[in-house]
Amino acid sequence: MQDQPPGDEALSVVALRAEKASEAPVKDWSAMLAELAISRDRQLFIRLFRHFSPRIKGYIMKLGLTEATAEELTQEAMLSVWRKTHLYDPGKAAASTWIYTLARNLSIDWMRKQKYPEYDLDSWHEEAGEPPVLELAEQAVMSDQVAMAIRQLPDNQAQVIIMSFYEGRSHSEIADRLSIPLGSVKSRIRLASEKLKQALRGNHDH
Amino acid sequence: MTINHHLDEATLFSYVAGALGQGPALVVASHLAMCNLCRQRCRELEAIGGALLENIALAAVSDSTLASVLDRLDQDVIPEAAARPAPVANSEIPAPLASYVGDSLEDLSWKKLVPGVWVHDLPSQGKGITRLLRVAPGKAALPHSHRGSELTLLLRGSYSDEVGRFSTGDVADLDDQITHQPLVDSDHDCICLIATEYPLRYTTLFGKITQPLFGF
Repeated sequence: MQDQPPGDEALSVVALRAEKASEAPVKDWSAMLAELAISRDRQLFIRLFRHFSPRIKGYIMKLGLTEATAEELTQEAMLSVWRKTHLYDPGKAAASTWIYTLARNLSIDWMRKQKYPEYDLDSWHEEAGEPPVLELAEQAVMSDQVAMAIRQLPDNQAQVIIMSFYEGRSHSEIADRLSIPLGSVKSRIRLASEKLKQALRGNHDH
Repeated sequence: MTINHHLDEATLFSYVAGALGQGPALVVASHLAMCNLCRQRCRELEAIGGALLENIALAAVSDSTLASVLDRLDQDVIPEAAARPAPVANSEIPAPLASYVGDSLEDLSWKKLVPGVWVHDLPSQGKGITRLLRVAPGKAALPHSHRGSELTLLLRGSYSDEVGRFSTGDVADLDDQITHQPLVDSDHDCICLIATEYPLRYTTLFGKITQPLFGF
């Protein structure tokens, strides 16, 4: 989302170690998360923790919560990862996607004191017949493509994406803040969504 | 169940971003529970969320935090599944809605608005309204427009309006440009789940007069 790559941030000890760990062959976080469900291996969990917890905390702080709350919710999110891995299906989603939805729901539940309505987070295995959404072979590449696609969005589209993902603003709130009609908010989101999905699919129309 | 009317891309995007109010999010989640197509669209958008998480600015997490999480890994927790109501097979109530209304639409306390029209309000935060609306065959809702969006999910029966014909599983995802008057055309009651961001705007004098009485 920011213009600088994640590596430019002032990193913690934990994050630095995560960077060192990645000198190992390219890790497939999704395979590791799936393996965790079977092995219950603490060392594996620690590797996942070092990679994902600074990201979860970064996301929660972007939502506007205090560092103390972000710290607490990050712990809860990582505990949920440990407890719910048996529900994770690598054929359906990348590890980062599954963990994103966990962190999002925990944050909203905390802010609203009311559970964010989930459609089937806890029953991803029920529809075994469904094809995977995407060919998720290159998760890292896909993430980079989406990040680049966001940077390439026109300002007015990037703005509504940021206000949605990081500020949690509804269409009406965005319309009020930007003093534009509701329909314009929706059409900007639709346009941006289409471009980001093309980036996910690895299509480039430019 | 053949679903013909789906969620607007912008609505689905905001649901995935966690940016919908509680009521609209409930309608979206309920439709997703019924609609294979929108579920697939939703998963694709969630992958954007995952990509954002991978690329986000990192926030330092200390080793002591890791240590305290590791300490808690072995704690016994009540499995979440036990805390949830078991899904009812073949229920007309989608799972996300079941935690609000239980397993029967008949046992709810329906409040009569006018002959042939009943409502059951659901608790929701914010300034909008989230409710179940039950309308008898041949009855029409009052003509109205909206400030903000109106999301309607058909749970039982069908209706037609200026936009089209809606039956079980369909979602009407309307913005503030539309004035409509849904007319129930099924031979039994039509029941739908509705979430609005703001109170409706009635376009007839009768609607304007009765609005304060019924709290619509």
